[in-house]
Amino acid sequence: MNNSILPIVAISTFIVLIWYSFSIVLNSSWALDKAERNDQKLSFSELVHDTWSQKKPKLPAPHQVGYEMYKTIFDKKVTSKRSLVYHGWITLSATLAGFLLGTLLGILLALAIVHDRATDLSVMPWIITSQTIPILALAPMIIVVLSSIGFTGLMPKAVISMYLSFFPIVVGMVKGLRSPDLLEIDQMKTWSASKFQILIKLRLPKSIPFLFTSLKLGMAASLVGAIVGELPSGAIAGLGARMLSGSYYGQTIQIWSALFAAAILAASLVGVISIIQAYVFKRMMIVQ
Amino acid sequence: MTDETVISAKSLDLTFQTNDGPVHALKDVNLNIIKGEFVSFIGPSGCGKTTFLRVMADLDQPTDGTITINGVSPKAARESRAYGYVFQSAGLYPWRTIGKNIRLPLEIMGISKSEQKERVEKVLKLVELEDFEKKFPWQLSGGMQQRASIARALAFDADILLMDEPFGALDEIVRDYLNEQLLKLWHSTEKTICFVTHSIPEAVYLSTKIVVMSPRPGRIIDIIESDLPDKRPLEIRDTKEFIDIAQRVREGLRAGHSYE
Repeated sequence: MNNSILPIVAISTFIVLIWYSFSIVLNSSWALDKAERNDQKLSFSELVHDTWSQKKPKLPAPHQVGYEMYKTIFDKKVTSKRSLVYHGWITLSATLAGFLLGTLLGILLALAIVHDRATDLSVMPWIITSQTIPILALAPMIIVVLSSIGFTGLMPKAVISMYLSFFPIVVGMVKGLRSPDLLEIDQMKTWSASKFQILIKLRLPKSIPFLFTSLKLGMAASLVGAIVGELPSGAIAGLGARMLSGSYYGQTIQIWSALFAAAILAASLVGVISIIQAYVFKRMMIVQ
Repeated sequence: MTDETVISAKSLDLTFQTNDGPVHALKDVNLNIIKGEFVSFIGPSGCGKTTFLRVMADLDQPTDGTITINGVSPKAARESRAYGYVFQSAGLYPWRTIGKNIRLPLEIMGISKSEQKERVEKVLKLVELEDFEKKFPWQLSGGMQQRASIARALAFDADILLMDEPFGALDEIVRDYLNEQLLKLWHSTEKTICFVTHSIPEAVYLSTKIVVMSPRPGRIIDIIESDLPDKRPLEIRDTKEFIDIAQRVREGLRAGHSYE
Protein backbone atom coordinates (compact mmCIF):
# COMPACT_ATOMS: atom_id res chain seq x y z
CA MET A 1 0.00 0.00 0.00
CA ASN A 2 2.71 2.45 1.04
CA ASN A 3 4.55 1.73 -2.19
CA SER A 4 1.63 2.88 -4.29
CA ILE A 5 0.98 6.20 -2.55
CA LEU A 6 4.03 7.93 -3.97
CA PRO A 7 3.30 7.18 -7.65
CA ILE A 8 -0.35 8.16 -7.19
CA VAL A 9 0.57 11.50 -5.61
CA ALA A 10 3.27 12.07 -8.23
CA ILE A 11 0.92 11.47 -11.17
CA SER A 12 -1.87 13.60 -9.68
CA THR A 13 0.53 16.46 -9.00
CA PHE A 14 1.87 16.17 -12.51
CA ILE A 15 -1.63 16.36 -14.03
CA VAL A 16 -2.57 19.40 -11.91
CA LEU A 17 0.66 21.15 -12.89
CA ILE A 18 0.06 20.49 -16.60
CA TRP A 19 -3.51 21.72 -16.20
CA TYR A 20 -2.42 24.95 -14.51
CA SER A 21 0.20 25.61 -17.16
CA PHE A 22 -2.26 25.05 -19.97
CA SER A 23 -4.66 27.48 -18.26
CA ILE A 24 -1.96 30.11 -18.49
CA VAL A 25 -1.13 29.34 -22.12
CA LEU A 26 -4.73 29.13 -23.35
CA ASN A 27 -6.15 32.06 -21.40
CA SER A 28 -3.23 34.47 -21.82
CA SER A 29 -4.25 35.95 -25.18
CA TRP A 30 -7.52 37.20 -23.71
CA ALA A 31 -5.67 38.65 -20.67
CA LEU A 32 -3.06 40.32 -22.90
CA ASP A 33 -5.71 41.81 -25.24
CA LYS A 34 -7.57 43.23 -22.31
CA ALA A 35 -4.38 44.74 -20.88
CA GLU A 36 -3.50 46.27 -24.25
CA ARG A 37 -6.91 47.89 -24.59
CA ASN A 38 -6.40 49.45 -21.15
CA ASP A 39 -2.84 50.48 -22.03
CA GLN A 40 -1.44 48.30 -19.28
CA LYS A 41 1.65 46.19 -19.14
CA LEU A 42 1.24 42.89 -17.30
CA SER A 43 4.03 41.45 -15.22
CA PHE A 44 4.30 37.66 -15.32
CA SER A 45 2.66 37.23 -11.90
CA GLU A 46 -0.20 39.57 -12.91
CA LEU A 47 -0.67 37.56 -16.10
CA VAL A 48 -0.77 34.28 -14.17
CA HIS A 49 -3.22 35.73 -11.67
CA ASP A 50 -5.49 36.95 -14.47
CA THR A 51 -5.46 33.68 -16.46
CA TRP A 52 -6.42 31.73 -13.36
CA SER A 53 -9.37 33.91 -12.39
CA GLN A 54 -11.22 34.81 -15.60
CA LYS A 55 -15.01 34.57 -15.68
CA LYS A 56 -15.21 32.70 -18.97
CA PRO A 57 -11.79 31.16 -19.47
CA LYS A 58 -10.99 28.86 -22.38
CA LEU A 59 -9.63 26.44 -19.81
CA PRO A 60 -10.63 27.10 -16.22
CA ALA A 61 -7.99 26.46 -13.57
CA PRO A 62 -8.53 23.47 -11.22
CA HIS A 63 -9.35 25.65 -8.21
CA GLN A 64 -12.04 27.51 -10.20
CA VAL A 65 -13.74 24.23 -11.06
CA GLY A 66 -13.31 23.06 -7.48
CA TYR A 67 -14.87 26.23 -6.10
CA GLU A 68 -17.77 26.09 -8.57
CA MET A 69 -18.44 22.47 -7.63
CA TYR A 70 -18.31 23.29 -3.94
CA LYS A 71 -20.77 26.13 -4.46
CA THR A 72 -23.21 24.12 -6.57
CA ILE A 73 -23.04 20.97 -4.48
CA PHE A 74 -22.92 22.22 -0.89
CA ASP A 75 -24.17 25.83 -0.94
CA LYS A 76 -27.30 25.41 -3.06
CA LYS A 77 -30.46 23.69 -1.86
CA VAL A 78 -30.64 20.27 -3.54
CA THR A 79 -33.98 21.22 -5.08
CA SER A 80 -32.50 24.32 -6.73
CA LYS A 81 -32.06 24.35 -10.52
CA ARG A 82 -28.52 25.53 -9.90
CA SER A 83 -27.61 22.63 -7.65
CA LEU A 84 -25.32 19.98 -9.14
CA VAL A 85 -26.89 17.45 -6.77
CA TYR A 86 -30.28 18.15 -8.39
CA HIS A 87 -28.88 17.71 -11.90
CA GLY A 88 -26.78 14.74 -10.83
CA TRP A 89 -29.86 13.01 -9.44
CA ILE A 90 -31.78 13.51 -12.69
CA THR A 91 -28.95 11.87 -14.64
CA LEU A 92 -28.40 9.21 -11.99
CA SER A 93 -32.03 8.08 -12.04
CA ALA A 94 -31.96 7.68 -15.83
CA THR A 95 -28.60 5.91 -15.57
CA LEU A 96 -29.83 3.41 -12.99
CA ALA A 97 -33.08 2.75 -14.86
CA GLY A 98 -31.13 2.19 -18.09
CA PHE A 99 -28.56 0.06 -16.31
CA LEU A 100 -31.20 -2.23 -14.80
CA LEU A 101 -33.03 -2.59 -18.12
CA GLY A 102 -29.74 -3.14 -19.96
CA THR A 103 -28.54 -5.76 -17.48
CA LEU A 104 -31.86 -7.60 -17.68
CA LEU A 105 -31.95 -7.48 -21.47
CA GLY A 106 -28.28 -8.49 -21.69
CA ILE A 107 -28.69 -11.52 -19.44
CA LEU A 108 -31.86 -12.67 -21.23
CA LEU A 109 -30.20 -12.36 -24.63
CA ALA A 110 -27.11 -14.22 -23.39
CA LEU A 111 -29.27 -17.06 -22.05
CA ALA A 112 -31.07 -17.35 -25.39
CA ILE A 113 -27.81 -17.23 -27.35
CA VAL A 114 -26.10 -19.90 -25.24
CA HIS A 115 -29.04 -22.30 -25.31
CA ASP A 116 -30.22 -21.90 -28.87
CA ARG A 117 -27.92 -22.03 -31.84
CA ALA A 118 -30.47 -20.38 -34.13
CA THR A 119 -30.65 -17.37 -31.80
CA ASP A 120 -26.86 -17.25 -31.68
CA LEU A 121 -26.65 -17.12 -35.48
CA SER A 122 -29.60 -14.79 -36.06
CA VAL A 123 -29.43 -12.32 -33.18
CA MET A 124 -25.71 -11.93 -32.52
CA PRO A 125 -25.00 -10.06 -35.81
CA TRP A 126 -27.77 -7.57 -34.95
CA ILE A 127 -26.36 -7.05 -31.48
CA ILE A 128 -22.95 -6.26 -32.93
CA THR A 129 -24.43 -4.05 -35.64
CA SER A 130 -26.37 -2.11 -33.01
CA GLN A 131 -23.11 -1.00 -31.44
CA THR A 132 -21.54 0.18 -34.69
CA ILE A 133 -24.10 2.99 -35.08
CA PRO A 134 -22.92 6.19 -33.39
CA ILE A 135 -25.23 6.75 -30.44
CA LEU A 136 -25.15 10.50 -31.12
CA ALA A 137 -26.92 9.86 -34.43
CA LEU A 138 -29.40 7.44 -32.94
CA ALA A 139 -30.28 9.27 -29.72
CA PRO A 140 -32.39 12.06 -31.28
CA MET A 141 -34.40 9.52 -33.23
CA ILE A 142 -35.09 7.40 -30.16
CA ILE A 143 -36.28 10.53 -28.37
CA VAL A 144 -38.49 11.64 -31.25
CA VAL A 145 -40.03 8.20 -31.72
CA LEU A 146 -40.66 7.67 -28.02
CA SER A 147 -42.09 11.14 -27.46
CA SER A 148 -44.47 10.65 -30.39
CA ILE A 149 -45.98 7.71 -28.54
CA GLY A 150 -46.13 9.67 -25.34
CA PHE A 151 -42.90 8.81 -23.55
CA THR A 152 -40.87 11.79 -22.37
CA GLY A 153 -38.59 12.62 -19.47
CA LEU A 154 -36.74 9.76 -17.84
CA MET A 155 -37.94 6.98 -20.11
CA PRO A 156 -36.23 7.92 -23.42
CA LYS A 157 -32.95 8.58 -21.60
CA ALA A 158 -33.18 5.22 -19.85
CA VAL A 159 -33.76 3.55 -23.23
CA ILE A 160 -30.64 5.15 -24.72
CA SER A 161 -28.77 4.19 -21.61
CA MET A 162 -29.98 0.61 -21.91
CA TYR A 163 -28.98 0.57 -25.57
CA LEU A 164 -25.38 1.24 -24.59
CA SER A 165 -25.23 -0.92 -21.47
CA PHE A 166 -26.77 -4.19 -22.63
CA PHE A 167 -23.91 -4.89 -25.02
CA PRO A 168 -21.07 -5.52 -22.53
CA ILE A 169 -23.49 -7.61 -20.47
CA VAL A 170 -24.41 -9.84 -23.44
CA VAL A 171 -20.81 -10.33 -24.50
CA GLY A 172 -19.59 -11.02 -20.96
CA MET A 173 -22.46 -13.31 -20.02
CA VAL A 174 -22.22 -15.36 -23.22
CA LYS A 175 -18.56 -15.92 -22.46
CA GLY A 176 -19.33 -16.63 -18.81
CA LEU A 177 -22.17 -19.06 -19.47
CA ARG A 178 -19.93 -20.89 -21.92
CA SER A 179 -16.97 -20.98 -19.52
CA PRO A 180 -17.64 -24.46 -18.03
CA ASP A 181 -15.16 -26.86 -19.65
CA LEU A 182 -15.95 -30.13 -21.42
CA LEU A 183 -15.23 -32.19 -18.30
CA GLU A 184 -17.72 -30.22 -16.23
CA ILE A 185 -20.41 -30.62 -18.88
CA ASP A 186 -19.66 -34.35 -19.26
CA GLN A 187 -19.85 -34.73 -15.50
CA MET A 188 -23.30 -33.15 -15.52
CA LYS A 189 -24.32 -35.54 -18.32
CA THR A 190 -23.27 -38.57 -16.28
CA TRP A 191 -25.80 -37.41 -13.68
CA SER A 192 -28.44 -36.92 -16.42
CA ALA A 193 -28.81 -33.28 -15.43
CA SER A 194 -31.36 -31.25 -17.38
CA LYS A 195 -30.34 -28.11 -19.31
CA PHE A 196 -31.99 -26.03 -16.62
CA GLN A 197 -30.08 -27.79 -13.85
CA ILE A 198 -26.81 -27.31 -15.72
CA LEU A 199 -27.68 -23.62 -16.01
CA ILE A 200 -28.51 -23.13 -12.34
CA LYS A 201 -25.85 -25.34 -10.76
CA LEU A 202 -22.96 -24.80 -13.15
CA ARG A 203 -23.27 -22.14 -15.85
CA LEU A 204 -24.64 -19.31 -13.71
CA PRO A 205 -22.18 -19.67 -10.80
CA LYS A 206 -19.32 -19.93 -13.30
CA SER A 207 -20.42 -16.76 -15.09
CA ILE A 208 -20.34 -14.58 -11.95
CA PRO A 209 -16.78 -13.24 -12.44
CA PHE A 210 -17.64 -12.37 -16.05
CA LEU A 211 -20.89 -10.73 -14.95
CA PHE A 212 -19.14 -8.33 -12.60
CA THR A 213 -16.63 -7.21 -15.23
CA SER A 214 -19.57 -6.61 -17.57
CA LEU A 215 -21.58 -4.77 -14.91
CA LYS A 216 -18.76 -2.27 -14.43
CA LEU A 217 -18.47 -1.63 -18.17
CA GLY A 218 -22.25 -1.47 -18.46
CA MET A 219 -22.55 1.02 -15.61
CA ALA A 220 -20.05 3.41 -17.21
CA ALA A 221 -21.82 3.01 -20.57
CA SER A 222 -25.18 3.68 -18.92
CA LEU A 223 -24.02 7.02 -17.58
CA VAL A 224 -22.67 8.03 -20.98
CA GLY A 225 -26.02 7.00 -22.48
CA ALA A 226 -28.02 9.06 -20.00
CA ILE A 227 -25.87 12.15 -20.64
CA VAL A 228 -26.01 11.70 -24.41
CA GLY A 229 -29.79 11.33 -24.08
CA GLU A 230 -29.97 14.73 -22.40
CA LEU A 231 -28.14 16.58 -25.16
CA PRO A 232 -30.51 16.45 -28.16
CA SER A 233 -33.73 16.64 -26.19
CA GLY A 234 -33.02 20.20 -25.13
CA ALA A 235 -33.39 18.87 -21.63
CA ILE A 236 -33.39 21.52 -18.95
CA ALA A 237 -32.19 19.25 -16.20
CA GLY A 238 -29.39 16.69 -15.82
CA LEU A 239 -25.63 16.79 -16.12
CA GLY A 240 -25.90 16.65 -19.92
CA ALA A 241 -28.25 19.64 -19.92
CA ARG A 242 -25.80 21.42 -17.64
CA MET A 243 -22.99 20.83 -20.15
CA LEU A 244 -25.20 21.92 -23.04
CA SER A 245 -26.39 25.17 -21.45
CA GLY A 246 -22.81 25.85 -20.35
CA SER A 247 -21.67 25.63 -23.93
CA TYR A 248 -24.50 27.93 -25.17
CA TYR A 249 -23.43 30.68 -22.81
CA GLY A 250 -19.67 30.05 -22.81
CA GLN A 251 -19.81 29.00 -19.16
CA THR A 252 -16.73 26.82 -19.33
CA ILE A 253 -16.47 26.54 -15.56
CA GLN A 254 -20.00 25.13 -15.48
CA ILE A 255 -19.18 22.60 -18.22
CA TRP A 256 -16.09 21.41 -16.41
CA SER A 257 -17.96 21.11 -13.12
CA ALA A 258 -20.62 18.99 -14.80
CA LEU A 259 -17.88 16.88 -16.41
CA PHE A 260 -16.26 16.27 -13.07
CA ALA A 261 -19.57 15.55 -11.42
CA ALA A 262 -20.23 12.91 -14.11
CA ALA A 263 -16.78 11.40 -13.61
CA ILE A 264 -17.21 11.25 -9.83
CA LEU A 265 -20.67 9.73 -10.26
CA ALA A 266 -19.34 7.05 -12.62
CA ALA A 267 -16.43 6.25 -10.32
CA SER A 268 -18.76 5.92 -7.31
CA LEU A 269 -21.19 3.66 -9.18
CA VAL A 270 -18.39 1.40 -10.39
CA GLY A 271 -16.99 1.51 -6.85
CA VAL A 272 -20.29 0.25 -5.44
CA ILE A 273 -20.22 -2.66 -7.91
CA SER A 274 -16.64 -3.42 -6.86
CA ILE A 275 -17.67 -3.59 -3.21
CA ILE A 276 -20.53 -5.99 -4.01
CA GLN A 277 -18.16 -7.99 -6.18
CA ALA A 278 -15.60 -8.31 -3.36
CA TYR A 279 -18.34 -9.60 -1.05
CA VAL A 280 -19.74 -12.09 -3.57
CA PHE A 281 -16.28 -13.35 -4.57
CA LYS A 282 -15.42 -13.91 -0.94
CA ARG A 283 -18.60 -15.89 -0.38
CA MET A 284 -18.02 -17.93 -3.54
CA MET A 285 -14.30 -18.50 -2.89
CA ILE A 286 -13.40 -16.90 -6.20
CA VAL A 287 -9.76 -15.85 -6.24
CA GLN A 288 -8.86 -13.04 -8.59
CA MET B 1 -20.20 -63.93 -6.61
CA THR B 2 -22.97 -64.67 -9.13
CA ASP B 3 -22.10 -64.83 -12.80
CA GLU B 4 -24.35 -61.99 -13.76
CA THR B 5 -23.11 -60.04 -16.79
CA VAL B 6 -23.17 -56.32 -16.11
CA ILE B 7 -21.44 -54.92 -19.18
CA SER B 8 -21.39 -56.66 -22.50
CA ALA B 9 -19.76 -55.30 -25.67
CA LYS B 10 -20.03 -57.10 -29.01
CA SER B 11 -17.90 -56.16 -32.05
CA LEU B 12 -17.90 -52.54 -30.96
CA ASP B 13 -16.56 -50.01 -33.47
CA LEU B 14 -16.06 -46.28 -33.10
CA THR B 15 -14.61 -43.95 -35.70
CA PHE B 16 -14.23 -40.24 -35.01
CA GLN B 17 -14.43 -37.91 -38.00
CA THR B 18 -11.72 -35.28 -37.54
CA ASN B 19 -10.25 -32.61 -39.80
CA ASP B 20 -7.27 -34.91 -40.38
CA GLY B 21 -9.55 -37.69 -41.60
CA PRO B 22 -11.20 -40.54 -39.69
CA VAL B 23 -9.64 -41.83 -36.46
CA HIS B 24 -10.36 -45.45 -35.65
CA ALA B 25 -10.70 -45.23 -31.87
CA LEU B 26 -12.24 -48.66 -31.27
CA LYS B 27 -12.15 -51.71 -33.55
CA ASP B 28 -14.02 -54.95 -32.98
CA VAL B 29 -14.07 -54.72 -29.20
CA ASN B 30 -15.66 -57.71 -27.45
CA LEU B 31 -15.86 -57.88 -23.67
CA ASN B 32 -18.00 -59.26 -20.88
CA ILE B 33 -17.83 -57.84 -17.40
CA ILE B 34 -19.35 -59.83 -14.54
CA LYS B 35 -20.99 -58.25 -11.51
CA GLY B 36 -18.50 -57.42 -8.78
CA GLU B 37 -15.41 -57.57 -11.01
CA PHE B 38 -12.63 -55.00 -10.85
CA VAL B 39 -11.57 -54.49 -14.45
CA SER B 40 -8.55 -52.41 -15.46
CA PHE B 41 -8.02 -51.07 -18.96
CA ILE B 42 -4.38 -50.50 -19.76
CA GLY B 43 -2.56 -49.34 -22.86
CA PRO B 44 -0.63 -46.43 -24.37
CA SER B 45 -2.44 -43.18 -25.17
CA GLY B 46 -4.71 -43.45 -28.19
CA CYS B 47 -5.53 -47.12 -27.53
CA GLY B 48 -9.18 -46.29 -26.93
CA LYS B 49 -9.34 -47.19 -23.23
CA THR B 50 -10.89 -43.87 -22.23
CA THR B 51 -13.13 -43.92 -25.31
CA PHE B 52 -14.40 -47.38 -24.33
CA LEU B 53 -15.19 -46.10 -20.83
CA ARG B 54 -16.96 -43.08 -22.32
CA VAL B 55 -19.02 -45.37 -24.56
CA MET B 56 -20.13 -47.30 -21.46
CA ALA B 57 -21.10 -43.96 -19.91
CA ASP B 58 -22.98 -42.79 -23.03
CA LEU B 59 -20.60 -39.83 -23.38
CA ASP B 60 -19.50 -41.16 -26.80
CA GLN B 61 -21.61 -43.25 -29.16
CA PRO B 62 -20.29 -46.31 -31.04
CA THR B 63 -20.51 -46.25 -34.83
CA ASP B 64 -21.08 -50.00 -34.98
CA GLY B 65 -21.64 -53.02 -32.76
CA THR B 66 -23.68 -53.32 -29.59
CA ILE B 67 -23.08 -52.61 -25.95
CA THR B 68 -25.40 -53.16 -23.00
CA ILE B 69 -25.11 -52.04 -19.39
CA ASN B 70 -27.28 -54.04 -17.00
CA GLY B 71 -28.96 -55.39 -20.11
CA VAL B 72 -30.01 -51.98 -21.46
CA SER B 73 -28.42 -49.34 -23.70
CA PRO B 74 -25.79 -46.98 -22.20
CA LYS B 75 -28.27 -44.11 -22.61
CA ALA B 76 -30.94 -45.89 -20.61
CA ALA B 77 -28.31 -46.91 -18.05
CA ARG B 78 -27.14 -43.32 -17.71
CA GLU B 79 -30.70 -42.07 -17.31
CA SER B 80 -31.40 -44.66 -14.63
CA ARG B 81 -28.19 -43.57 -12.88
CA ALA B 82 -26.64 -47.00 -13.14
CA TYR B 83 -23.04 -45.77 -12.84
CA GLY B 84 -20.86 -43.23 -11.09
CA TYR B 85 -18.07 -41.68 -13.17
CA VAL B 86 -14.78 -40.44 -11.75
CA PHE B 87 -12.76 -38.21 -14.06
CA GLN B 88 -9.02 -37.68 -14.10
CA SER B 89 -9.38 -34.33 -12.36
CA ALA B 90 -11.60 -34.09 -9.32
CA GLY B 91 -13.81 -31.38 -10.88
CA LEU B 92 -15.06 -30.11 -7.52
CA TYR B 93 -16.85 -26.75 -7.60
CA PRO B 94 -14.74 -24.20 -5.70
CA TRP B 95 -17.84 -22.34 -4.46
CA ARG B 96 -19.25 -25.44 -2.76
CA THR B 97 -17.94 -27.14 0.36
CA ILE B 98 -16.91 -30.80 0.10
CA GLY B 99 -20.24 -31.82 1.57
CA LYS B 100 -22.17 -29.63 -0.86
CA ASN B 101 -20.10 -30.96 -3.76
CA ILE B 102 -21.09 -34.49 -2.86
CA ARG B 103 -24.70 -33.35 -2.57
CA LEU B 104 -24.63 -31.93 -6.11
CA PRO B 105 -25.62 -35.12 -7.97
CA LEU B 106 -28.16 -35.87 -5.23
CA GLU B 107 -29.76 -32.45 -5.68
CA ILE B 108 -29.89 -33.03 -9.42
CA MET B 109 -31.53 -36.40 -8.90
CA GLY B 110 -34.13 -34.89 -6.62
CA ILE B 111 -33.23 -36.86 -3.51
CA SER B 112 -34.76 -35.52 -0.29
CA LYS B 113 -32.71 -33.24 2.00
CA SER B 114 -32.68 -35.67 4.91
CA GLU B 115 -31.51 -38.53 2.75
CA GLN B 116 -28.87 -36.28 1.14
CA LYS B 117 -27.44 -35.62 4.58
CA GLU B 118 -27.39 -39.32 5.42
CA ARG B 119 -25.70 -40.30 2.18
CA VAL B 120 -23.07 -37.57 2.37
CA GLU B 121 -22.10 -38.74 5.85
CA LYS B 122 -21.98 -42.34 4.70
CA VAL B 123 -19.73 -41.79 1.67
CA LEU B 124 -17.46 -39.36 3.50
CA LYS B 125 -16.85 -42.14 6.00
CA LEU B 126 -16.14 -44.58 3.14
CA VAL B 127 -13.32 -42.37 1.80
CA GLU B 128 -12.22 -41.33 5.31
CA LEU B 129 -13.00 -37.63 4.92
CA GLU B 130 -15.52 -37.33 7.78
CA ASP B 131 -13.93 -34.16 9.17
CA PHE B 132 -13.86 -32.32 5.87
CA GLU B 133 -17.54 -31.88 5.06
CA LYS B 134 -17.48 -28.15 5.79
CA LYS B 135 -14.13 -27.49 4.11
CA PHE B 136 -13.72 -25.96 0.68
CA PRO B 137 -11.86 -27.84 -2.10
CA TRP B 138 -8.83 -25.54 -2.02
CA GLN B 139 -8.28 -26.50 1.62
CA LEU B 140 -7.70 -30.15 0.58
CA SER B 141 -4.66 -31.81 -1.02
CA GLY B 142 -4.92 -33.26 -4.54
CA GLY B 143 -5.31 -36.80 -3.16
CA MET B 144 -8.05 -35.74 -0.76
CA GLN B 145 -9.85 -33.90 -3.56
CA GLN B 146 -9.82 -37.04 -5.67
CA ARG B 147 -11.21 -39.03 -2.72
CA ALA B 148 -13.98 -36.47 -2.41
CA SER B 149 -14.72 -36.91 -6.10
CA ILE B 150 -14.93 -40.70 -5.59
CA ALA B 151 -17.28 -40.09 -2.67
CA ARG B 152 -19.43 -37.96 -4.96
CA ALA B 153 -19.56 -40.78 -7.54
CA LEU B 154 -20.55 -43.21 -4.77
CA ALA B 155 -23.17 -40.92 -3.25
CA PHE B 156 -26.11 -42.03 -5.38
CA ASP B 157 -25.27 -45.68 -4.83
CA ALA B 158 -24.86 -46.83 -8.42
CA ASP B 159 -23.70 -50.44 -8.82
CA ILE B 160 -21.05 -49.57 -11.38
CA LEU B 161 -18.11 -47.25 -10.87
CA LEU B 162 -16.32 -46.00 -14.00
CA MET B 163 -12.94 -44.46 -13.24
CA ASP B 164 -10.82 -42.68 -15.87
CA GLU B 165 -7.23 -42.47 -14.61
CA PRO B 166 -8.45 -41.06 -11.31
CA PHE B 167 -4.99 -41.11 -9.72
CA GLY B 168 -3.02 -40.20 -12.85
CA ALA B 169 -2.09 -36.73 -11.63
CA LEU B 170 -1.03 -37.80 -8.13
CA ASP B 171 2.42 -38.72 -6.82
CA GLU B 172 3.29 -42.35 -6.22
CA ILE B 173 3.05 -42.36 -2.43
CA VAL B 174 -0.45 -40.87 -2.46
CA ARG B 175 -1.34 -43.22 -5.27
CA ASP B 176 -0.30 -46.33 -3.31
CA TYR B 177 -2.40 -45.19 -0.41
CA LEU B 178 -5.44 -44.48 -2.59
CA ASN B 179 -5.08 -47.83 -4.36
CA GLU B 180 -5.21 -49.61 -1.01
CA GLN B 181 -8.22 -47.53 -0.01
CA LEU B 182 -9.97 -48.21 -3.29
CA LEU B 183 -9.54 -51.96 -2.86
CA LYS B 184 -10.98 -51.73 0.64
CA LEU B 185 -13.88 -49.72 -0.68
CA TRP B 186 -14.49 -52.23 -3.47
CA HIS B 187 -14.55 -55.07 -0.92
CA SER B 188 -16.99 -53.29 1.35
CA THR B 189 -19.38 -52.07 -1.38
CA GLU B 190 -19.13 -54.99 -3.86
CA LYS B 191 -19.44 -52.65 -6.81
CA THR B 192 -18.36 -53.41 -10.35
CA ILE B 193 -15.42 -51.15 -11.15
CA CYS B 194 -13.97 -50.26 -14.54
CA PHE B 195 -10.65 -48.53 -14.09
CA VAL B 196 -8.57 -46.90 -16.83
CA THR B 197 -4.86 -46.56 -16.12
CA HIS B 198 -1.49 -46.52 -17.82
CA SER B 199 0.37 -47.93 -14.84
CA ILE B 200 1.11 -51.68 -14.95
CA PRO B 201 1.60 -52.13 -11.17
CA GLU B 202 -1.62 -50.23 -10.48
CA ALA B 203 -3.57 -52.40 -12.92
CA VAL B 204 -2.17 -55.66 -11.56
CA TYR B 205 -2.55 -54.63 -7.94
CA LEU B 206 -6.19 -53.60 -8.24
CA SER B 207 -7.80 -55.89 -10.77
CA THR B 208 -9.52 -59.20 -11.06
CA LYS B 209 -9.38 -58.76 -14.81
CA ILE B 210 -6.89 -56.75 -16.88
CA VAL B 211 -7.77 -55.65 -20.40
CA VAL B 212 -4.66 -54.82 -22.43
CA MET B 213 -5.30 -52.46 -25.34
CA SER B 214 -3.31 -51.15 -28.27
CA PRO B 215 -3.64 -48.10 -30.53
CA ARG B 216 -4.24 -47.41 -34.24
CA PRO B 217 -6.83 -48.86 -34.38
CA GLY B 218 -7.81 -49.05 -30.72
CA ARG B 219 -8.37 -52.72 -29.91
CA ILE B 220 -8.11 -55.37 -27.21
CA ILE B 221 -4.85 -57.34 -27.32
CA ASP B 222 -5.21 -59.53 -24.26
CA ILE B 223 -7.62 -60.18 -21.41
CA ILE B 224 -5.91 -61.45 -18.27
CA GLU B 225 -7.85 -63.04 -15.43
CA SER B 226 -5.86 -62.35 -12.30
CA ASP B 227 -5.58 -65.14 -9.74
CA LEU B 228 -4.15 -62.96 -7.00
CA PRO B 229 -5.90 -63.40 -3.63
CA ASP B 230 -8.71 -60.99 -2.70
CA LYS B 231 -6.82 -59.58 0.27
CA ARG B 232 -3.89 -57.68 -1.16
CA PRO B 233 -1.39 -55.88 1.03
CA LEU B 234 0.94 -53.53 -0.89
CA GLU B 235 3.77 -56.07 -0.38
CA ILE B 236 2.02 -58.46 -2.75
CA ARG B 237 3.75 -56.53 -5.50
CA ASP B 238 7.01 -58.34 -4.65
CA THR B 239 5.56 -61.86 -5.01
CA LYS B 240 6.19 -64.08 -8.02
CA GLU B 241 2.49 -64.29 -8.95
CA PHE B 242 2.27 -60.52 -9.14
CA ILE B 243 5.44 -60.21 -11.24
CA ASP B 244 4.24 -62.95 -13.61
CA ILE B 245 0.99 -61.14 -14.31
CA ALA B 246 2.81 -57.83 -14.73
CA GLN B 247 5.15 -59.59 -17.18
CA ARG B 248 2.21 -60.84 -19.24
CA VAL B 249 0.71 -57.34 -19.34
CA ARG B 250 4.05 -55.92 -20.46
CA GLU B 251 4.37 -58.50 -23.22
CA GLY B 252 0.87 -57.72 -24.42
CA LEU B 253 1.64 -54.02 -24.53
CA ARG B 254 4.87 -54.65 -26.42
CA ALA B 255 3.22 -56.98 -28.95
CA GLY B 256 0.46 -54.50 -29.66
CA HIS B 257 2.84 -51.63 -30.13
CA SER B 258 3.91 -51.53 -33.73
CA TYR B 259 6.38 -48.71 -34.24
CA GLU B 260 5.67 -47.96 -37.87
